[in-house]
Amino acid sequence: MDLNNSSTPRSLSREASWGYDHRMINYIQNAANQGLYEIRGLGAKRQLPHFDDLVFLGASLTRYPLEGYREKCSTKTVLGTRYAKKPIELDIPITIAGMSFGSLSAHVKDALGRAATAAGTSTTTGDGGMTPEERLSSKTLVYQCLPSRYGFNPDDVRKADAIEIVIGQGAKPGGGGMLLGQKINPRVAQMRTLPEGIDQRSACRHPDWTGSDDLTIKIAELRELTDWEKPIYVKVGASRPFNDVKLAVQSGADVVVVDGMQGGTAATQVVFIEHVGIPTLAAVRQAVDALEDLNMKGKVQLIVSGGVRTGADVAKALAMGADAVSIGQGTLFAMGCNQETYLQDGTHYSAVDDYTALGTTPGHCHHCHTGKCPVGITTQDAMLEQRLEPQVGAQRVKNYLQTLAMELTTIARACGKQNVHHLEPEDLAALTIEAAAMARIPLAGTNWIPGA
Amino acid sequence: MDGLTRSNDLTFDLAQMPLRDVNQFLHHNVESGQKITILNPDGAHNIAVGLDAPIDLDIAGHAGYYAAGMNKLANVTIAGNVGPGVAENMMSGRVHVRGFASVAAGASAHSGLLVIDGDASLRCGISLKGADIVVGGNVGSFSGFMAQAGRMVVCGNAGDALGDSLYEAIIYVRGDIKSLGADAQLQPMTDTDYSTLEELLTKAELTYSPQEFKRIASAKQLYHWNANAHQEY
Repeated sequence: MDLNNSSTPRSLSREASWGYDHRMINYIQNAANQGLYEIRGLGAKRQLPHFDDLVFLGASLTRYPLEGYREKCSTKTVLGTRYAKKPIELDIPITIAGMSFGSLSAHVKDALGRAATAAGTSTTTGDGGMTPEERLSSKTLVYQCLPSRYGFNPDDVRKADAIEIVIGQGAKPGGGGMLLGQKINPRVAQMRTLPEGIDQRSACRHPDWTGSDDLTIKIAELRELTDWEKPIYVKVGASRPFNDVKLAVQSGADVVVVDGMQGGTAATQVVFIEHVGIPTLAAVRQAVDALEDLNMKGKVQLIVSGGVRTGADVAKALAMGADAVSIGQGTLFAMGCNQETYLQDGTHYSAVDDYTALGTTPGHCHHCHTGKCPVGITTQDAMLEQRLEPQVGAQRVKNYLQTLAMELTTIARACGKQNVHHLEPEDLAALTIEAAAMARIPLAGTNWIPGA
Repeated sequence: MDGLTRSNDLTFDLAQMPLRDVNQFLHHNVESGQKITILNPDGAHNIAVGLDAPIDLDIAGHAGYYAAGMNKLANVTIAGNVGPGVAENMMSGRVHVRGFASVAAGASAHSGLLVIDGDASLRCGISLKGADIVVGGNVGSFSGFMAQAGRMVVCGNAGDALGDSLYEAIIYVRGDIKSLGADAQLQPMTDTDYSTLEELLTKAELTYSPQEFKRIASAKQLYHWNANAHQEY
């Protein structure tokens, strides 16, 4: 041991514990004070093996690249080709994930719809039903059928472009929704058939089916109800995606959505967010394996979500075998989540005091569950929600999606692909042993895949 | 019209015609007040799901899962037993099961009336959102689980954990209750309860006296789950 290393404590009487560091001591003392677990929004904060641990092998002598600025590179994406008479056709393989009206304000739902429409992609309802605002602003709207069935009704099923049966989400596979009383305003309460102001904990299991044999019939019901027109997605939180994806396919899904543990939430116990589920990177590999095992790759489409942030993330998910990705948190950050200021009539106003009041600072806020979002995104407060102007939010999310699509085609062209869906595992190398093992991509500079 | 048979009465035979065609017809080609009969249902799943018109539909036999699921406006009578999820997520209208019902009868139904002459299995009225359910016989365990609004009348006995995590729905039971679920409690009957029962029993063509029923509703202890939050010890 190098005793002169500056990071080595000089005095044993000041030695910090690894197991009981400041964070852990704070956690224990907080638990002792409150007698209650912590709840927060957003996704897992801990460091996990992720798409960042992969790199692309650009073209050189053995592969031919495409001209980055001139040659065509298609991003067109079709979802739901298995049974639906009217599959979903998107301009880009980047969709907006399901987030509820209730967790988000009506302005935000409206903005997401406008952004998705402008970017040629779809957006998704959430645990609380479909708002007229989002139906109006979204050219392509995916309607979620959740365990709670809050606001679920056949008219909205008929108005939807696709239906997503939500089994679970990456932030909390095995858990139901949660919306604390301060966000249950009269409109939210009415849509969910709940008393105003109660702490709502939605069901974690569907009320009218149990197990995949039942799910087969539930999917058939939704198909019969919609005259077999609309694609049926099945969304699972990543825990055992190899088995879950197989069962979803067996149950008749047109599209399977796999959400890794970095996926966000509006409110969930921290212990759930950080300790249940597997990383998105591992989940994609298993999901693709399941489709290949059933010889259903390309017949049933795979959407991957959970911590997809950049065009590189999208490209890596596609190269590993996903047909599209879904983004939730990224769109919120694009709108100004965790930003120091909010925009009103073209002028920036500081939101720092409001972050301080929540005990946090811009860049660290995860207080979606409180409904006191300093930038007016995850709130039902009539004053706070004004801080997000729908047209501004829409433009920012559209710009974000457009940037991701440009980054995606940049990488695809560099790998010599005229179509982003032609990216393949062979285009990738892993930077860490963990990522190599999880993604089953060789460690860079070797042919080694641990465990293969 | 002579009131006996009408020229637009229709009969579909599921032994002859695929269910998909029948359902599609029921979605798009029916007229208000039309009387339609489905023969040989033979336990098929998803019969008459997504009805959206005030028609009278008779299903002449047993039906499988989700019979008359998400019904709106229609008056459906099933002359037999039904599988799981009969009238699930019903929005309005009436569904009458002449026989017994499997699990999750009337799950998450928003409005309308579901009548089951016989027994209903587990989770009857789970996540109920405003509809009325009248069961002539017994209901299985976990009935009324997380029921948010609406009224459930059980003329026989109830199984374990009745009304677990109830919100605003009210359950009336004439017979024995094996056990109540978390946050469900027996409450005194009021005049409103008696008149509610009178109304629902009459609609269900049942002759029991409202005086024979007990009222179960939420104790509302779970409405705010963190009552001790922010207490410093």
